[in-house]
Amino acid sequence: MSYSRKKLLLMGRSGSGKSSMRSIIFSNYSAFDTRRLGATIDVELSHLRFLGNMTLNLWDCGGQDVFMENYFTNQKDHIFKMVQVLIHVFDVESKSINKDIEIFVKSLTNLQKYSPGAKIFVLLHKMDLVQLDKRLELFTIMMDKLQKISNPYNFNLVGFPTSIWDESLYKAWSQIVCSLIPNIDVFNKNLLKFNEILDAEEIILFEKTTFLVISSTASIKQQHVQSQEELDPKRFEKISNIIKTYKQSVSKLRANFYNLIIKGSNKNFYLDVLTENMFIMVVLKSQQQQNEELLILDNIKNARKWFEKIENEN
Amino acid sequence: MEGMIIPNSKDQHATILLMGLRRGGKSSICKVVFHNMQPLDTLYLESTSKPTTEQFSSLINLSVMELPGQLNYFEPNYDSERLFSNIGALVYVIDSQDEYLNALTNLSMIIEFAVKVNPKIQIEVLIHKVDGLSEDYKIDAQRDIMQRCGDELLDLGLEGVQVSFYLTSIFDHSIYEAFSRIVQKLIPELPSLENMLDNLVSHSSIDKVFLFDINSKIYVATDSGPVDIQTYEVCAEFIDISIDLDDLYIENEENNNNNNNNNNINNNSNNNNLLNNAQNITSKSKELKSISHLSNGSVLYLKQMIRGLALVALIRNENQISTSNNTNINETFNEILLKRSNNDEIEKSLTIIDYNVDLFKDSLMKIWKTSKLIK
Ligand SMILES: Nc1nc2c(ncn2[C@@H]2O[C@H](COP(=O)(O)OP(=O)(O)OP(=O)(O)O)[C@@H](O)[C@H]2O)c(=O)[nH]1
Ligand SMILES: Nc1nc2c(ncn2[C@@H]2O[C@H](COP(=O)(O)OP(=O)(O)O)[C@@H](O)[C@H]2O)c(=O)[nH]1
Ligand SMILES: [Mg+2]
Repeated sequence: MSYSRKKLLLMGRSGSGKSSMRSIIFSNYSAFDTRRLGATIDVELSHLRFLGNMTLNLWDCGGQDVFMENYFTNQKDHIFKMVQVLIHVFDVESKSINKDIEIFVKSLTNLQKYSPGAKIFVLLHKMDLVQLDKRLELFTIMMDKLQKISNPYNFNLVGFPTSIWDESLYKAWSQIVCSLIPNIDVFNKNLLKFNEILDAEEIILFEKTTFLVISSTASIKQQHVQSQEELDPKRFEKISNIIKTYKQSVSKLRANFYNLIIKGSNKNFYLDVLTENMFIMVVLKSQQQQNEELLILDNIKNARKWFEKIENEN
Repeated sequence: MEGMIIPNSKDQHATILLMGLRRGGKSSICKVVFHNMQPLDTLYLESTSKPTTEQFSSLINLSVMELPGQLNYFEPNYDSERLFSNIGALVYVIDSQDEYLNALTNLSMIIEFAVKVNPKIQIEVLIHKVDGLSEDYKIDAQRDIMQRCGDELLDLGLEGVQVSFYLTSIFDHSIYEAFSRIVQKLIPELPSLENMLDNLVSHSSIDKVFLFDINSKIYVATDSGPVDIQTYEVCAEFIDISIDLDDLYIENEENNNNNNNNNNINNNSNNNNLLNNAQNITSKSKELKSISHLSNGSVLYLKQMIRGLALVALIRNENQISTSNNTNINETFNEILLKRSNNDEIEKSLTIIDYNVDLFKDSLMKIWKTSKLIK
């Protein structure tokens, strides 16, 4: 089994929120807990196992000018070599946009030189501080501007509006992480196959520690989903957020959870361990079927081997 | 609901009146407890200038009326007489971070009048905003306030009046605990409810059970075992988790409207949405039920009851080896699966609990019917 290492650079000015998002997504912090974070000194490295045989090397690069200066001079090859993903965080309330952009351009310059194949994600962060009806406009204007800046360096930006105070953070990070999974199509295909058996409304796969969405039946068969349109399009990241909150909640009892079964008002939910690295959620129309619970949990158990194999093929 | 200051006299036991000086924290308490506002968002609340009323409906009808704090020139008149004669509990909020001597004078004046009009009225004092105080200062402030309040009442010849004190803050669960205890005193059926819950506990492996008001997370009753703060919080949060997930998949107009709001469960500041949720949940025909197995062998159990109430229980797996408490972090996947397959015992006890909880719900319906007849 070959391990694949992915280097992710987390860049942006000091106070833009890099360490906050890292702590929420990967260390089970609540948004409140981030107020305790101090400024990051130099680079903070974390190594995270993801889906079995993938390791994410996350480089949280402290954004104070003294450190930044170093990244672009003495340390530039050390920092910018072998990068798979650059995540550049902008504080939307920043008072010094020119300086923010200057840093961004320097990152692009170095990345083009040392890792021209890297993907770039831009997070326009702290969106909660912007009035609700101004968010979209601001996002579009800023992304346009940043893309124009990036064109000479041959990078295509993928942008997200984010905030630690809502589920938007989960959407961005789900997509960042999914872009790194080589056999994501195999997951998708098998999830569809599994649904031929279950005939569920929806099935969703989550990574076990972050609860980021890896795959879902709805996102695969987007083309013919008239009936789905009525559902909340943000539901995936909202579920990640809710489950993460639940995880924090039960940690007060010094415990984690194994499963969560909700017989809701018109849907039933089965959240269960699928493999060593994944949780699965099955959503069914509730039809008072007597042995539904046994049936679903049994099927999940049977699907286990199937999905374990895919994980290991990575 | 709006503008109705004088409650229907039939509901007299069920009414709570919230009073106190300006900026004491009354609006904040209402918003946080009854509208799920985030504590920090109360910084932006405007000062209350009009009396407002809130209603929430559980086993009894409870309405919380908030009078603006500027009534320190409080003058007894006909209206205030009617007001006090119609309420079950007077909750007076004292800002513990501020100079509180004025508040104490104001309080004893109000007590004097309230008790004259309505001798059965319960007097409850919240020593509020204690989050900013050190442990020592907290205790001192409480002792000082109780002492001075006692002295003032003595001077007024009211030494027989019972006054209860609570240390509260909207930044932790103390405000819910205080309101739970205040509300419970107003429920005449409390002894039978507690009895029924004790029964439930003694006939199953339930460790702790709460009967919650879904909307406010006040617990209307609990079994007679001690209340552990962590357990309370986890149970209360379990309600939100279940409702939030359920609501994501409700296909109707209302939900589509909600989608536009950027609300989420980290900052449940969207009042309307939450109110909708509470209404949805009570109007839906099918009762909400959720169960979650935890790594320490416990099970969280929730079942919706009647009138916006939910029963939430923490069930212990007695067969669980207690040393496994902290191992879950390094627990291997196989260990998890093994443990789960040994779970027959707990599945059996869940069946029993299901049955008993249904019985409890039936009794609850009966109690509610008869208590309506009394009125
Ligand atoms: N309003 C709001 N505040 C945020 C958000 N994200 C982070 N913050 C706050 O911003 C502050 C700074 O966050 P950090 O994560 O330490 O910033 P950083 O980018 O790591 O800073 P350096 O380590 O100095 O580079 C913290 O107090 C966070 O609570 C957000 O989405 N909205
Ligand atoms: N530290 C702290 N501040 C609080 C607490 N409760 C309320 N406050 C603050 O007290 C101020 C006045 O509160 P408000 O509810 O408007 O008072 P009212 O005039 O009595 O309604 C607000 O800025 C609140 O944020 C508390 O428990 N702790
Ligand atoms: Mg940092």
